[in-house]
Amino acid sequence: MTRTHWRNPLRDERDKRLPKIAGPCGLVIFGVTGDLSRKKLMPAIYDLANRGLLPPGFALTGFARRDWESQDFGQVVLDAVKEHARTPFRQEVWDQLAEGFRFVSGSFDDDEAFDNLVATIQDLDRVRGTGGNHAFYLSIPPGAFPVVCRQLARSGLSAQNPDQWRRVVIEKPFGHDLTSARQLNKIVNEVFPEDSVFRIDHYLGKETVQNILALRFANQLFEPIWNANYVDHVQITMAEDIGLGGRAGYYDGIGAARDVIQNHLLQLLALTAMEEPVSFHPGDLHAEKIKVLSATTAASPYDETTARGQYVGGWQGGQKVPGLLEEGGFAKDSKTETFAAMQMDVNTRRWAGVPFYLRTGKRLGRRVTEIAVVFKQAPHLPFDSTATEELGQNALVIRVQPDEGVTMRFGSKVPGNTMEVRDVTMDFGYGHAFTESSPEAYERLLLDVLLGEPSLFPVNDEVERSWEIIDPVLKQWASKGVPEKYRAGTWGPTSADEMMARTGRHWRRP
Amino acid sequence: MIIDLPSTTTSQVNNKLVEVRERGGAVALGRVLTLVIVTDDGARTEEAVDAANDASRLHPCRVIVVAKGARKAAPRLDAQIRVGGDAGASEVVVLRLYGPLADEGASCVIPLLLPDAPVVAWWPFEAPAVPAKDPIGELAHRRITDSAAEKNPIKALEHRQKSYADGDTDLAWTRLTTWRTQLAAALDLAPFDKVTDAEVTGEADSPSTDLLAAWLGWCLRIPVKRSKTTSGQGIVSVVLERKSGNVELHRPDGKIGILTQPGQPERRVALHRREVQDCLSEELRRLDADEIYEATLKSLSKVVRTKTVAARKPAAAKAATATAKPVAATAKATAKPAAKPAAAKAAKPSTGAAASPNGSAAKAKPEPKPARRVKAGT
Repeated sequence: MTRTHWRNPLRDERDKRLPKIAGPCGLVIFGVTGDLSRKKLMPAIYDLANRGLLPPGFALTGFARRDWESQDFGQVVLDAVKEHARTPFRQEVWDQLAEGFRFVSGSFDDDEAFDNLVATIQDLDRVRGTGGNHAFYLSIPPGAFPVVCRQLARSGLSAQNPDQWRRVVIEKPFGHDLTSARQLNKIVNEVFPEDSVFRIDHYLGKETVQNILALRFANQLFEPIWNANYVDHVQITMAEDIGLGGRAGYYDGIGAARDVIQNHLLQLLALTAMEEPVSFHPGDLHAEKIKVLSATTAASPYDETTARGQYVGGWQGGQKVPGLLEEGGFAKDSKTETFAAMQMDVNTRRWAGVPFYLRTGKRLGRRVTEIAVVFKQAPHLPFDSTATEELGQNALVIRVQPDEGVTMRFGSKVPGNTMEVRDVTMDFGYGHAFTESSPEAYERLLLDVLLGEPSLFPVNDEVERSWEIIDPVLKQWASKGVPEKYRAGTWGPTSADEMMARTGRHWRRP
Repeated sequence: MIIDLPSTTTSQVNNKLVEVRERGGAVALGRVLTLVIVTDDGARTEEAVDAANDASRLHPCRVIVVAKGARKAAPRLDAQIRVGGDAGASEVVVLRLYGPLADEGASCVIPLLLPDAPVVAWWPFEAPAVPAKDPIGELAHRRITDSAAEKNPIKALEHRQKSYADGDTDLAWTRLTTWRTQLAAALDLAPFDKVTDAEVTGEADSPSTDLLAAWLGWCLRIPVKRSKTTSGQGIVSVVLERKSGNVELHRPDGKIGILTQPGQPERRVALHRREVQDCLSEELRRLDADEIYEATLKSLSKVVRTKTVAARKPAAAKAATATAKPVAATAKATAKPAAKPAAAKAAKPSTGAAASPNGSAAKAKPEPKPARRVKAGT
């Protein structure tokens, strides 16, 4: 019987207890010595194994320019797992997982190293039964993509075969503008077809982000008011309190807009603003995201609707911190922005006239990511003006991280014998209501790669469309002016506040 | 924080809960369900509460422990409230009931249930004969029992089968999930070939082994052999026979399973025995009726029981019935129709299965009965 006609008698769609386990397969990580690999990928692999979601013969191969044996590599993974894994350490799980570890030493332009990799993978197919199914995780700078892709093609590792799969996983940045993104896509797509390319945007693996869909489309409560009739504007914020020490190589010349707005914030915007998909099949979901992104443009004139800044040194949270220009590796006259804010217009029937404000920055007040949907004032207030002086706009805030959850702000009477209305907060915390031990974003995403389940990964079109949206702003920024300075530990430059004040609005303090 | 309320009433307990929340800001947020644990007044109760606290990190809940004390004492209700560090992410209310009150647990639980949130009842040790008809069971949307923790696990399982109602579940079933996952995953792979025969081996008193055999029988529509062994803990091995080669999963040491299947190297799988809190978390994840469990219970009676592998049991009589079974099968088939309505009911969904090629399904039906009768006698 063939695969397509086979119905596994032990599976029943009503049986919700049985998780999907990936079939036999292996994962090859390029750039395995990097931070991401040690802090996120390796622990996620162990956690998946501990939850019983990896196939029994799973193989993990590291590729890097270190003179390691497979045992040394195993030790590195063990240390990473012990330090960062979220589930308790179990020797028997580890032993079974560690049998599948291999290490291949070499640089990316070294033909011999890739031939070794081929031999290693063939050996794994034989010993571990990985069945020729392999995913290649490129945890490397985009500059190295062409050479690695070429090597994968040359050694036949990327060759597609109907009975086996070969997938490639790439990390942001997906280019630095539309042209470079197209180039990059071309390089990758020459070697791997688009349905084998998984672009990781770890935000999309977060439980709260997936919950946006549940909140909007599983409830009757929110969707009727989720439009321009009731919503005044939307603010999407991703703030970090850390600086850029040690990341100059990556960040200088890239800046906050390319690093965060182009991918994370526009993806959050798409999920917040899109129409209801027909189903949650990857194709339907992508179709809706593409539709809403196609209707999205950065509002102009950019002088008035965007803001950018660069942090200067100062005291933040009890510590003296350096400004960007004093951080090692940045040019003394660097024009790289560490804060970026833009207004987006979504020209659909649902949203016309509702501005979406996106902002992100480093060295801001605290680390927080949230989506705030701010509602219009009630059209008529039967109270006198003194009673409602303290009443603001209703808001629904989806807190993506930390302290995942949903907050609602609405007016309530102040207890007492006069009628006074004031804003109060109603809180739903995931921290309580679900899970300290819910899967980490990388766990979910890695599992989806191995299962070949692409709904949480942005496709080519989305990436290119996102660049089309912000490219004009970047061009204008490059052509004139410099980022305005802001003190570390504040909520960004004054131009960001002015940009909101022009329309009589203000940023929420997250 | 632990607050003792000796000789009290539920309204006082409720007042205290509100007071604790207002004074300490103790978390009343985001409770997704009420978990009622029904036990006796013994030391084991704390183990159950610990497991519940652990599970509450995944499913924040109010835990109400109904501990039934001496029935001869004067009627009294002692309560204890635990919040914060002593209660994981939950708040725990322990109700100790004495005297005639011990049988009136439900009346003490009702005032303390969270509004709207679903109620889950859990009997960590001995369960009532018909959980769905128990006064506390009637309040609950989901009723969790544990046949493995009862005095006679296999017999307990038979009770579950007879008394099943939507919302019932048993931890012996939950413990199987890892096994079922591995077996299902093994059949996801080539060769895509029909399973012709199956055998499940485990300890004589392991209800999970029985359930696994019944589940395989239901899915594969073949009679599944259930063998007993004295080496190993719980489930020890599963063999699925196919023309193209067997799928075998062995777990001799209770920790690591060894999976062999054609076209694949032999593999070691982590199959450690699951802890109670782990199972409880899984149970609290879904609160709707478990149709698969129901179907599995129904096909329990179709499992073919065979003799002990590493024979140690003295039961000569049992061995005799075991050998007698296949022979007696045809004879009994004639006696059957008049005899037992239960078997007839169980046999109904199997009409498809009875048509299976070797005809052994028809032979299988009458067998469990005598085996059961013997067991009830010992």
